[in-house]
Amino acid sequence: MSKNEKKEKAPQAPAVKRRRLSLKQRENMMGYLFVLPWIIGAAIFVIRPLIQSFNFALSNVRITPKGREVSFIGILNFTQILQEDATFPTELVAYLMKTVLATPVIVVFALIIALLLNSKIKGKGFFRLIFFLPVIIASGPVMEQLVSQGAGSIPSMNTSAISSLIGFLPDFLEDAIMGLFENIVMYLWYSGIQILIFLAAVQKIDTSLYEAAKIDGGSTWECFWKITLPTIKNMTLLNVVYTIIFLSNNEQNTIIETIKDAMFGTTGSKGYGYASAMAWLYAVIVTVLVLVFAAALMLKKDVYAKQAKKARQEMKHQEQLAKKLKRKGIRYAKQEAKRAGKPIKERR
Amino acid sequence: MQSKKQNAQANQSKSGAKAAALPKRRIDRYALKKWFFGSKDTQGAGKIIAIYGLLICIGFVYIYPLLYMISKSFMQRADLLDSSVNWIPSVLYVKNYIDAFTSMNFVKTLWQSVVIAGVPTLVNVVMCGVIGYGFARYDFPLKTVMMGILIFSFILPPQITMMPNYLLYNDMKILNSLAAFVVPSFFGQGIKAQLYILIFYQFFRQIPQALIEAAKIDGCGHFKTFFKIAVPSAAPAILVVFLFSIVWYWNESYLTQLYVCGILGGSEWNTLMVALKGFNDSYSTAGASVTGDAMGSLNEGIKMAATMLSILPVLVMYFVLQKQFVESVDRTGITGE
Repeated sequence: MSKNEKKEKAPQAPAVKRRRLSLKQRENMMGYLFVLPWIIGAAIFVIRPLIQSFNFALSNVRITPKGREVSFIGILNFTQILQEDATFPTELVAYLMKTVLATPVIVVFALIIALLLNSKIKGKGFFRLIFFLPVIIASGPVMEQLVSQGAGSIPSMNTSAISSLIGFLPDFLEDAIMGLFENIVMYLWYSGIQILIFLAAVQKIDTSLYEAAKIDGGSTWECFWKITLPTIKNMTLLNVVYTIIFLSNNEQNTIIETIKDAMFGTTGSKGYGYASAMAWLYAVIVTVLVLVFAAALMLKKDVYAKQAKKARQEMKHQEQLAKKLKRKGIRYAKQEAKRAGKPIKERR
Repeated sequence: MQSKKQNAQANQSKSGAKAAALPKRRIDRYALKKWFFGSKDTQGAGKIIAIYGLLICIGFVYIYPLLYMISKSFMQRADLLDSSVNWIPSVLYVKNYIDAFTSMNFVKTLWQSVVIAGVPTLVNVVMCGVIGYGFARYDFPLKTVMMGILIFSFILPPQITMMPNYLLYNDMKILNSLAAFVVPSFFGQGIKAQLYILIFYQFFRQIPQALIEAAKIDGCGHFKTFFKIAVPSAAPAILVVFLFSIVWYWNESYLTQLYVCGILGGSEWNTLMVALKGFNDSYSTAGASVTGDAMGSLNEGIKMAATMLSILPVLVMYFVLQKQFVESVDRTGITGE
């Protein structure tokens, strides 16, 4: 937008242009006015706490009768967490394993359900009702109660069979996978919003694409891989990011309770500085995780786009060749005509 | 399945050469195959069975915890211990609900939950609508930067900003009161408010520019355009934001406990979710104060009854509004871009 403004500023033919500019400015002012509450909110409730908590993380905070006393101690809090804390680093690793494993499961599952719901079936409304239900009721305390009752796993599922099947894996990986299976219902319940997003995306795909593919002899399977999946790629990214954030801020996650305890707990309190350092460490890991998943999804070379580009270039090349040939042909024809000019003219 | 189909086609073309001498039995087999696997235009029976089978199986897994909850909540102690009683309780035992009801102080807690979820939600709908409209309608400098901050603040774990905000609310003297939720949501920073702003943003961008220009020519000011054109057309977005917001505020117990209910006590507020979180402890203390048999000792049935009670209001709301909800989600373009 600023570019446009510069363009308009540059000529500055006095009277007429200035009026245009002020109109634009007035529009801008109105825009700012509408967004103003958010700007203030972002400054007060996001930017300021961010700076303050970073400041806390690098210092020792003590509550004295006079108020808060903040003394700078550098990265001592971080080193203390990583070297001396008994639970936090292990919890972080466990969180990482769980999230890395669960995110693909949740997203793929959501995609499958969205595709099933999108096919021509009767009672669509009823099934939708069931699959969106967890969006409404899957909250921290409810899940906690259910999991503690053992309702989080499918009862007749034979977990020992699975554990013997994946026995060759290292222990920590096996534990994570078993945890996934034991709470499979819980993870399925987390995919409500993702189903919603996928369903809306799948419904928006142009049906003529599928018709064209079918005429060319593509099977449903091929259609899925070559039409559906590439088209909803952005939505997949959105879902992956959403899933990671959801899993990170979920109350089933023990880390956030640890941080809260470190901040406000009566027994486990370790001071604001220490807790802030924990929160920052956690935030950095979450952000890195999001970035890694996003990069894995986005940087994967799109084969079809590449092929299409190649084909387009090839076509251009062919066209140029054809033009050349045509031109040559015309020139040749002209030469021919010149050479045998008289007879033709005479014929006419 | 694909290879079989191809085989069938290959056979067909092979046998097409001697079509005249085609035995009747084989045609039947092709018809069967077609019936089962479907052709290019029709869905085969096998596919339909597979789809329904999958949907029903997964659907059952989905509502399994809910069924479990309902079943257990009506069981008396003997049923819970008896391994022969699996799903259907021997008698419909309502005392679990009564116990949970009194222990949670249900009526008062329900009312407070409604207020704590409802008031910030209304503020959210209004403010996020205004902000989303601002982002969608106007192109001002630094807009991309602001959108970047918006998305960034969505990704940011609340743990980072939690403590400074806690101190801020404390200094502002709004801690342990409803204002601790209302003030941030007034500035577009409520729980998941970024998402609502994006929903409104997406929705308002779909309003054709011609409509707004026409209004401008007819003499509509900026606010009048907003109220007369944008707001009336935004009903689906408003409904979606309202529902999501109320459900998420209802289900939030972590931040509610911290900001409103008071982590160290000293607040009059309590929500059903927070009550459920501390149910095990509060039940035994409440049980201790009541003498004798007035309350049975804590068991699974009572816990499940309490869980049932705390999700019942949103469940009812969902069943009443689900049609509008699903339709609005389709129409909002919640996923656009």
